[in-house]
Amino acid sequence: MEAIAFYTFAILTTVMFLITVLTNHALYALSALAAGMIFISAFFFLLGADFLGAIQIIVYTGAVMALYAFGMMFFDTTRDVVEKRNSPQLVFGLSGLAALTVVAIFTAPIVSGNITALYPVIDGVGNSQQVGMVLFTKYLIPFEVAAVMLLVAMIAGIVLAGKKMDHSLTLMKEEEIERQTNEKAQV
Amino acid sequence: MEVAYIIETLIKIVVILLVFSALAGLGTYFERKILAFMQRRLGPMHVGPYGLLQVAADGIKLFTKEDIVPTNAVGPIFKIAPVITAATAFMAAAAIPFLPQFTLPFTDYVVHPIVADVNIGILYVLGVMAVGFYGPLLGSLASSNKFALISAARAASVFISYEVITGLSLLAPLMMVGSFSLIDFNNYQAGGIGDWIIWSQPVAFLLFWIAAFAETGRTPFHLVANDHEIIDGFGTEYSGMRWGLFFIGEYANMFFISFVIVLLFLGGFGDGSVLGAFAFLGKMAFFFFFFLWTRAAWPDIRPDQLMWLCWKVLMPIALINVVITGFVMMF
Repeated sequence: MEAIAFYTFAILTTVMFLITVLTNHALYALSALAAGMIFISAFFFLLGADFLGAIQIIVYTGAVMALYAFGMMFFDTTRDVVEKRNSPQLVFGLSGLAALTVVAIFTAPIVSGNITALYPVIDGVGNSQQVGMVLFTKYLIPFEVAAVMLLVAMIAGIVLAGKKMDHSLTLMKEEEIERQTNEKAQV
Repeated sequence: MEVAYIIETLIKIVVILLVFSALAGLGTYFERKILAFMQRRLGPMHVGPYGLLQVAADGIKLFTKEDIVPTNAVGPIFKIAPVITAATAFMAAAAIPFLPQFTLPFTDYVVHPIVADVNIGILYVLGVMAVGFYGPLLGSLASSNKFALISAARAASVFISYEVITGLSLLAPLMMVGSFSLIDFNNYQAGGIGDWIIWSQPVAFLLFWIAAFAETGRTPFHLVANDHEIIDGFGTEYSGMRWGLFFIGEYANMFFISFVIVLLFLGGFGDGSVLGAFAFLGKMAFFFFFFLWTRAAWPDIRPDQLMWLCWKVLMPIALINVVITGFVMMF
């Protein structure tokens, strides 16, 4: 039963990501990406990590939805996108090498058998509680750093998108601010 | 795995599919009747007694209509989009308990009317329902129609607005119950009306309820297919049963989210007695009715108003609610 489910979803995920990479069509690529990301959650469910599976679905639905918004703005999503390729051999070589390096990095510890579970499963505790325990003890600092990064990204987004942000009101003198508002009122 | 368990699960899946497909059809009838009564009309009256067979007539019409795929549309995506809406609505139902557990008459076989009691129930339900938004989005992007394109942009904006509110408003009750399972939520409130979470979390209840309107795309937030502005949005190019599937998905979602609201905040099926089961269905019916009531009473709002409401009003309220709940639980 588990093997059938694993191979079905393995094939589905691989095919979906292949479509994402190989197609010239923005809509096909985005939809295949979304489908692939959601199919990955099946592996979490198969491994008993229900919480991470649900989070995978929720996070990637939202993330790919934002990509769709960009796709809508930049492309006619019903047509093929013609890409300008100067040297396809170079692109193929470099991306192939990068992919191989990543595979080597992740398989090396498996091949040498150097993996040990530092935080074994605690009995009688739910899946989401276990994630919480590890997250708020061992990984507390990375967790908080990620939160700070998100805050930085949010403030940067507001500054970049906001109007009237090219002058700093705190650095101006009172008269200058008053003069500016008066000019605005006259216009 | 036991054979009996597999057979039981299959039967439950088929029953849920049949009951809620039929209810989705009947839902359109209820909606037309209730809207009609609120506007002092009669609504459908000609087919069958009190127009009850109108549902069947609509079904025949949808099934026999020509299925048109426009020339410039992106065929495969155009065809799969309605299926996404309908399928995800029913997938979400897998983690919802529809009735308390009961024993089959004349045997001692105990039936749990829930397909999969996963310990992350509510997260799974909301996550899969959110995937349902891909239906309108993909359908409208693929149909190469300018009204549909506007609808796609609106679908994306509605999605990024309401998701935050559902998540944050649920956080406070989740902290109190300490579990994601809808059954645990129900058992937490099993003591009677005084134990309902709505009394301790009225703010979270209101926020979740408002977000439910955006989640199902019902009237105050029915921006994705506003027929008076953008024809039918994502549905403009659809015909026949493909169009119908969108609506089965939408109405099934309305039923499921009503079940979820009752389970989360209003005690669910209580202690599991027969009376509790009927009260559960009654409370669910009220929330379904409220969706229709709002449609008769309120106008639609603009997309920018929805984003303003969600991000600048509801999100701070939800955050403050979470902080206050945390303080109360700590001291």
